[in-house]
Amino acid sequence: MTLPAPLAAVEVRGLVRSFGTVRAVDGLDLRVPPATVLALLGPNGAGKTTTVEVCEGFLRPDAGVVRVLGLDPIADSAALRPRVGVMPQGGGAYPGVRAAEMLSLVAVCAARPLDVGWLLDVLGLTGVARVPYKRLSGGQQQRLALACALVGRPEVVFLDEPTAGMDPQARRLVWEIISRLRADGVSVLFTTHLMEEAEALADQVVIIDHGRVVAQGSPAELTSDGTQRQLRFAARAGLDLGALCTALPTGCRASEPRPGGYLVEGVIDPQVVATVTAWCAQQGVFAEDLRVSRRSLEDVFLELTGRELRP
Amino acid sequence: MTGFSPGTFAPAPGRGRLSRMLITQARTEFVLTLRNGEQVLLTLLIPLGILLGFTLLNVVPVPSPRVDNITPRVLALAVMSTAFTGQAIALGFDRRYGVLKRLAATALPRWSLVAGRMLAVLGVVVVQLLVLGSVAAGLGWHPQPAGLPSAVLLILAGTAAFGALGVLLGGALRAEVVLAVANMVWLFLVVAGGIALSVHALPRPLSTIAAALPSGALAEGLHTALVHGVAPWGALGVLLAWAAVAGLLAARTLRLS
Repeated sequence: MTLPAPLAAVEVRGLVRSFGTVRAVDGLDLRVPPATVLALLGPNGAGKTTTVEVCEGFLRPDAGVVRVLGLDPIADSAALRPRVGVMPQGGGAYPGVRAAEMLSLVAVCAARPLDVGWLLDVLGLTGVARVPYKRLSGGQQQRLALACALVGRPEVVFLDEPTAGMDPQARRLVWEIISRLRADGVSVLFTTHLMEEAEALADQVVIIDHGRVVAQGSPAELTSDGTQRQLRFAARAGLDLGALCTALPTGCRASEPRPGGYLVEGVIDPQVVATVTAWCAQQGVFAEDLRVSRRSLEDVFLELTGRELRP
Repeated sequence: MTGFSPGTFAPAPGRGRLSRMLITQARTEFVLTLRNGEQVLLTLLIPLGILLGFTLLNVVPVPSPRVDNITPRVLALAVMSTAFTGQAIALGFDRRYGVLKRLAATALPRWSLVAGRMLAVLGVVVVQLLVLGSVAAGLGWHPQPAGLPSAVLLILAGTAAFGALGVLLGGALRAEVVLAVANMVWLFLVVAGGIALSVHALPRPLSTIAAALPSGALAEGLHTALVHGVAPWGALGVLLAWAAVAGLLAARTLRLS
């Protein structure tokens, strides 16, 4: 007998949603286990926002099952909404409302909200607390939208392109917040087209295109597919590679493509790295800049979704 | 880096108190209206200018006492400007800015998206009545005391009718289209809808139509109540019918974005 799997924070099965003749989402499955972070990655028009809006209860699915905390986002909307934090794409606030007023309004809707003043401060919005929304910069509007998503202490958070339009400092802050959310037991589903962001934050990355999942897994699983990788290091030029080639496992080749720059190709595992450093020690040289390169998530993404520009 | 302490974002979800949510939403929208220059022009300055101008300057023939005959029409104009034109435009742009989606994602119940707006509109109408009523009183306005209760009912019904029409318009179309249509309809109703001129002063087919429009019903109803001290039940019925029909339609057509 097996124990039932813990209730997923978000469960999507066979989701289909069309707009007119366009199938924005076409048979999509995904699952966010509790207290984990899922990044929904895809080019423009891949169906990311549609998927999130169905989960938020803003769009009715044409087919498929969507459950958030075990509840139907539309039928159980009233029960679900207090438990979910939403950051819609492009924010959402009255054009003339002051930042602090907007956050206070959203805070009042929650039973035990975070302190509004503290949250504004943490997100660097204290200085613009009295500035009307339409006069905030894009990054400030985004930070206010994030504050609105978090202020009600939700169990699940949906963030649609949370760092779009943010400067690197603000982006780091959002990353830190997402990590803290997970550590505190909040489940997060966010969309992005920044590979770096998905790689840094997500337990699970789901790459979608044309409304379908084209790949999913942890960032490490997606980027290491067990095929050829490379190990590079720098040392004195002209070393004799004969002994190294003998010591390396079959399938690995060593070369010196440019003077002093060495390259080992093949399946690079810890044993190979140890062999290389042992060989360097025998030669009496110090291997500098030793690094193992693997495919980046960006490589995977471009391989799967193509390199042509999207409208 | 800030360094959040563990448990900072530990979930503690729950719904806020309904009355507090509704009042905060209404208060926010009320304050935003009074802070918006164009809204103040539309809802206060134009009616105030008309009240002062037409009372003090003898450019248009108006039965004496002038202020008693002008004030009911100015009040009707004020209600229409706030509940219909101002509110439709605000709703159109609020949808554009994602406000409705933002609020619909909170624990605020869906019906209060509109109910909160109506409360805010009612608050602005109260401010208009206080300001315009005080200025009119300063000009020597003497409404018939017997007509005051039915005038209050008419203003409530007029706010409901124009408010529902405002949601119908502002809740379905693009913000720029809402802006254009709301202003055009406002101008049309002022000129030919029984506000500037009495329904009885309009040519034959138009006078019948104007009497059945919410603008004509509200202006004539307020005139009957405040000048003659008679309860205008017909006008009240017209306004309630508009409120019901527009409200039902608006509930079907309101879009969040």
